[in-house]
Amino acid sequence: MESGTQIAIFYILAAMIVGSGVMVVTLRNVFHSLLFLVLCFFSVAGIYVLLHAEFVAAVQVLIYVGAVTVLLIFAIMMTAKIYSPSLKQFNEQVIPGLIIVSTILAVTLWVLSRTAWNVSKDVFVGQSTSAIGKSLLTTYVLPFEVVSVVLIAALIGAIVIARRD
Amino acid sequence: MLTLVHYLSLAAILFCIGIYGAITRRNAIGVLMAIELMFNAANINFIAFSKFITPTLLTGQVFAIFVIAIAAAEATVGLAIVILIYRHHKEINVDKINVMKW
Repeated sequence: MESGTQIAIFYILAAMIVGSGVMVVTLRNVFHSLLFLVLCFFSVAGIYVLLHAEFVAAVQVLIYVGAVTVLLIFAIMMTAKIYSPSLKQFNEQVIPGLIIVSTILAVTLWVLSRTAWNVSKDVFVGQSTSAIGKSLLTTYVLPFEVVSVVLIAALIGAIVIARRD
Repeated sequence: MLTLVHYLSLAAILFCIGIYGAITRRNAIGVLMAIELMFNAANINFIAFSKFITPTLLTGQVFAIFVIAIAAAEATVGLAIVILIYRHHKEINVDKINVMKW
């Protein structure tokens, strides 16, 4: 395992995630921040591949990059006036928000660096996709079915909420 | 050597960016985008724990898939509510939508 290449890929992906994330929350044009959100989703999928989670990376690209982005594009197109560059996009909580966020980040990183994680020495061998499929239909079959009911409820709920009456 | 703390720090930074966006955006769709960033940070945590703490069980990957499914449902209902609010009020900024305040 060439560890140096992995570290380089990790830092490139991390820089892309953080940079595009900052662009998502700071750009004035919502459509441009949506495009940076797509870049951020792709980089997160790269991080998943780096962590040997190929199936989750594929699901990330399909659902986030495919479905959620199209949904957001439709919402931006259907609500006019948010696209105009003259509109004020940020409220007056920028300075308090920066203070709160930097405090949370500092405390979290401090706790992360002090915690003794019991890292396992085991290595997963075999296909992660088939193992995920097996555990979805054996150990986690009840949450799996509940999630499908939640998805149906969200589908019907979205239609009922957004239809013209 | 990449350790667990690398991935957890990246997820913490991404989560804080999401919190900042959710606090400061006026646009409801921008707030939803910031919430999606926070979901992604949580998923990075799940998969990093799955790789480093329980490598043979894949529990974290299964739960990351559940999180993605719930996030899709959340985005659907949230955007439906945003479109409904826009149709009623002709307004999308969350600091103007205060009809439920006294």
